[in-house]
Amino acid sequence: MMNVSRTLRLLLPLALGVAVLALWEGLVAAYDIPRFVLPAPSAIWAALIADFPSLMASLWTTLRITLLAFLLAVVSGVALAVFFSQSRIVEMALYPYAVILQVTPVVAIAPLIVIWVGFAHIDLALLILAWIVAFFPILSGTTLGLRSADHNLVDLFRLHGASNWQILTRLRLPTALPFLLNAMKTSGGLALIGTVVAEYGAGSGTATGLAWRIVEAGNRLQIATMFAALFLLAALGVMIFFALALVEYLVLRKWHESALKKDI
Amino acid sequence: MTIVASLRAVERVFSNGVKALGPLGLAIERGEFLSLLGPSGCGKSTSLRIIAGLLAPSAGTLDWPRTKPRIGFVFQDPTLMPWAIVRDNVRLPLDLAGVARADADAEAERALARVGLTGFSGAYPRVLSGGMRMRVSIARALAAKPQLLLMDEPFAALDEISRDALNEDLLKLWREDGLTIVFVTHSVYESTFLSTRIVTMTPRPGRVAQEFRLASPPDRTSQWRMAPEFAEAARAVSRGLRDAAAKAAA
Repeated sequence: MMNVSRTLRLLLPLALGVAVLALWEGLVAAYDIPRFVLPAPSAIWAALIADFPSLMASLWTTLRITLLAFLLAVVSGVALAVFFSQSRIVEMALYPYAVILQVTPVVAIAPLIVIWVGFAHIDLALLILAWIVAFFPILSGTTLGLRSADHNLVDLFRLHGASNWQILTRLRLPTALPFLLNAMKTSGGLALIGTVVAEYGAGSGTATGLAWRIVEAGNRLQIATMFAALFLLAALGVMIFFALALVEYLVLRKWHESALKKDI
Repeated sequence: MTIVASLRAVERVFSNGVKALGPLGLAIERGEFLSLLGPSGCGKSTSLRIIAGLLAPSAGTLDWPRTKPRIGFVFQDPTLMPWAIVRDNVRLPLDLAGVARADADAEAERALARVGLTGFSGAYPRVLSGGMRMRVSIARALAAKPQLLLMDEPFAALDEISRDALNEDLLKLWREDGLTIVFVTHSVYESTFLSTRIVTMTPRPGRVAQEFRLASPPDRTSQWRMAPEFAEAARAVSRGLRDAAAKAAA
């Protein structure tokens, strides 16, 4: 039974995808839809192959900034959450500003950051913008996790003379780990979105990431290349998500309830 | 008779002004198995936390006539760290005390053997049954070599069979180590079986209602549960508890 459902879970979406692609190809051919309106999947594939080296270079640009922003978000988010956990006053003072940073649309801040950092350092501007988007889930997830430590265990630690540092490293951080790993899945996707939006926001030809390739191809009515770049972006997002889900599973599989259900 | 700890007119008032406990006067005697027995919410757990130093009394004093004993605490839930294997959980108090790793490991294994969990030291808590988790929790308390063991309804969530087995094993540990145990429970039978002395408490705010000294055989086992003397003692405690509740309601 289990194997059947597992196979189905893999086969059903695949079959649906193939069917949609075939229908798409057939409709474009049957109605003779122009390439600059809707290219057939075969044309998109051809564009992908033709522009493969330059698209890969763009993909790498986007990926590099996404990963850097993500790492920066994890490090700074965890550090600030730890800081919050040690001082309620710092948390009360800073948290509202972290929220403001989070709710302000990144598209709206992009031009400002680009001007401040300068077009000469456009990568840095993109990095800052992507970091702003990716940072908050890490902060809020880790803050919640650090606060979720079992009160009785905290008491037990205190009873045995534990220092605040020992309570943090031996109790609060391990408690926060599942929260952090879950936040990382959200944050990884957001880092990519942040990078892409920042590339749009930055405009001009100085950015060379996938988002800019989409804008550029659109301007030239190379719709197939647009689709190819779009496809690569989606594939990148899916890969980031699955990579982080895998990390989560590997770290938690031995002891956490969420992982217990996964290995069925 | 040596007094280990004495509580004098101890009170505890919640932040909302409700008085949870007291005034409570209680002297804990060295080597005794003392049960605090009372209805839910009467401040039994609060008293235990005050003795452990986890809560400060709002009024009254807690004295240690001699040197303060090493304290072990067992909670109602096993309160294990789910990310740590059994041995690392048991080793926790030793780690916090800065005991060298090898010594601490050996001590943890010894404590696990004493609660009947030899061979489980590498397991994660989630694979253990409720009764086994509670044994790990007791082993963790034992690893610190406590002189005074405080237990807060440790077996309340267990099935009767596991609970009876743990009751007998706990008595064995108490005898072997010459422990002083303060045991919080709301079970008449459990406290009658385990204790040398039972203090019943009134509903909130908890005060001492009555005291029972039990002349149970020191090596009481499951046979003792069947003895007419046991039934008689349990009946007396049960009656005392009911009278206290009725008096408080009146």
